[in-house]
Amino acid sequence: MSTDIREFTEREYKYGFSTDLDTDIVPRGLSEDVIRLISGKKKEPAWLLDWRLEAYRKWTQKKEPRWQNVHYEPIDYQDISYYAAPKPKKSLASLDEVDPEVRAMFDKLGISLAEQERISGVTVAVDAVVDSVSVATTFKKRLAEVGVIFCSFSEAVQNHSDLVQQYLGSVVSNQDNFFASLNAAVFTDGSFCYIPKGVQCPMELSTYFRINAADTGQFERTLIIAEEGASVSYLEGCTAPMRDKNQLHAAVVELVALKDAYIKYSTVQNWYPGDAQGQGGIYNFVTKRGLCAGSNSKISWTQVETGSAITWKYPGVILQGDGSVGEFYSVALTANYQQADTGSKMIHIGKNTTSSILSKTVSAGHGQSTYRGLVQVHDTAIGARNHTQCDSLLMGKDSGASTFPYVEVKHPSAKVEHEASTSKIGEDQLFYCRQRGIPEEDATTMIVNGFCREVFKELPMEFAVEAQRLLSVSLEGSIG
Amino acid sequence: MILQIENLHAKVGDKEILRGVNLELPLGQVHAIMGPNGSGKSTLAQVLAGREEYTVSGQVLFDGKDLLSLSAEERAFMGLFLAFQYPVELPGVGNLYFLRTALNSVRKHRGLDELDAVDFLAYAQKRMDLVEMDRSLMSRSVNEGFSGGEKKRNEILQLAILEPKLAILDETDSGLDIDALRAVAKAVNALRSPDRTLLLITHYQRLLDYIVPDQVHVMTEGRIVRSGGKDLALELEQHGYLADAKDHTLPVGGTR
Repeated sequence: MSTDIREFTEREYKYGFSTDLDTDIVPRGLSEDVIRLISGKKKEPAWLLDWRLEAYRKWTQKKEPRWQNVHYEPIDYQDISYYAAPKPKKSLASLDEVDPEVRAMFDKLGISLAEQERISGVTVAVDAVVDSVSVATTFKKRLAEVGVIFCSFSEAVQNHSDLVQQYLGSVVSNQDNFFASLNAAVFTDGSFCYIPKGVQCPMELSTYFRINAADTGQFERTLIIAEEGASVSYLEGCTAPMRDKNQLHAAVVELVALKDAYIKYSTVQNWYPGDAQGQGGIYNFVTKRGLCAGSNSKISWTQVETGSAITWKYPGVILQGDGSVGEFYSVALTANYQQADTGSKMIHIGKNTTSSILSKTVSAGHGQSTYRGLVQVHDTAIGARNHTQCDSLLMGKDSGASTFPYVEVKHPSAKVEHEASTSKIGEDQLFYCRQRGIPEEDATTMIVNGFCREVFKELPMEFAVEAQRLLSVSLEGSIG
Repeated sequence: MILQIENLHAKVGDKEILRGVNLELPLGQVHAIMGPNGSGKSTLAQVLAGREEYTVSGQVLFDGKDLLSLSAEERAFMGLFLAFQYPVELPGVGNLYFLRTALNSVRKHRGLDELDAVDFLAYAQKRMDLVEMDRSLMSRSVNEGFSGGEKKRNEILQLAILEPKLAILDETDSGLDIDALRAVAKAVNALRSPDRTLLLITHYQRLLDYIVPDQVHVMTEGRIVRSGGKDLALELEQHGYLADAKDHTLPVGGTR
């Protein structure tokens, strides 16, 4: 471990560079005109513009929520630019025509936009999103051969309008909550996946989100549909340049799993967390929800949240189909002045539905981590089961952890279990490691990685390695 | 001399636990420190290993270097090892991974190449056989859910892997039944070497039936009050420490 981890612990936020791209950006501010402008730029059908305007009107009537256990200065929504896109030199006929500067930026991020098989034998198709738009999607052709659609959201609106219209907002409606309405009004791009009946997606699908422009927000939308008996593993990663102003990222992710379908959704979130004094960083206010629409379907969320000034989200599953399964595995790390209020919602509607939640929070420096979760068992959900486990690890005397589990049970046959623990990295543990010749910083990383192992093992291999590296980077300098 | 302790004092808060320890350990020998509860034996082990909670004064030379100025990990790099009385659990940290990380960290600081996973496994397996360590324990988390005997055996395995110049075994016999004690003692004996000094800390003479020391030291109230050959342990077993501590007419040896 030591060379690898040391190399990374000595590095600060390594994705903090910005790229000088020729960017098409709309003036700051939000109004119906701005929404019409965005919709027009994207040549959207009328139904979508209407859906956006409806969302906007709902949003103007909504109050920004204040119940969360995170604190930030009020956001001036008129001081954000809602559309920024690297200007394409011309329309792309193939991946070879991607702007070399965009390609270079992704190379620097370690994301290859070339369709090469990875040495490890794992092939990953990538949709690359910069600011408001998707700039490239790899392996489209090979996926199309088995009927899998994987493209940018904008492209899906143009080419698969029926599917988008059928499912858009079916899990997270355009009036679901304040930030979901804002997203519905102004979302600009994102990824779209459709796995047809009976197809096991032949490769991992992933979207890499990059905020580049300053003073913009990123509002992307992801929609994944797995038809009967289909399965897919999807990964998302994200980074942003270091800027001293906070930037808002308010995304929406909707997953739909039909009968016997399986969607595994993994996130390694590494938005810029702000500096050591808490200046700058991304506000990561995201709504993620899956619908197990069909019987015996399964949706599994795994998230490793190490970045962002504030992380605020509750990836959840609506367990509508009988025998459906929802899972949530989470590591949330807060260091310096980062804050996180995250957890999951499991809504049991169908019979014999099962859900499990495993949350690990690590707080270092002045970091504040909150687990908040809702387990709801409706009166139709005969035989529902949930198991929730929340473990918090504290480092240093200024960090904090809280747990808010909400449980609502309306059927007597439900079995709901909740376990929680809070621990500190013990002096004994550190001394033991150091006595064996493992320096304190490496020992800390090792202990934290051990604490998170049950979650990491749910991640696809390459992501698990990346997640461990991110943890060690984020923990740098937070001991003592 | 691998270790020379001169007038070592250690306090926690206002409480003085070590009150002027003097001790010399030649390379290649096995010494035992015996003494009643609270006499400062474990504190001595912790202080030598670099635990930071103590306010320490005096002088300790380890392999000719000023030990007290070094951090815990630097002492480990130099070849000082402590087998813990209460081995610590590290949930989620694989035992084999932990051992390899420790060995590679130490090797690196000794200017040796790091071992990759395959080479390490071969290296470790020989030593697992030596201490008769159950292979299934290697894939588990460090010490988590181990029995008392398994934990102690794991400490001796770490000793075998890290190959220190000086190993301090803090009450390695406590909590072991007679079979486990024999097995651990056998492994320790196999690790005796002209290049390695062992310091056994124990309450009971019975460990010394299996690991026969070159010298025995008696510690009471934070000082070494008596030193002698291996027969001293038997004498203590018969007469007890307290009589010994109070009877100042007994010769006080081992201060130099």
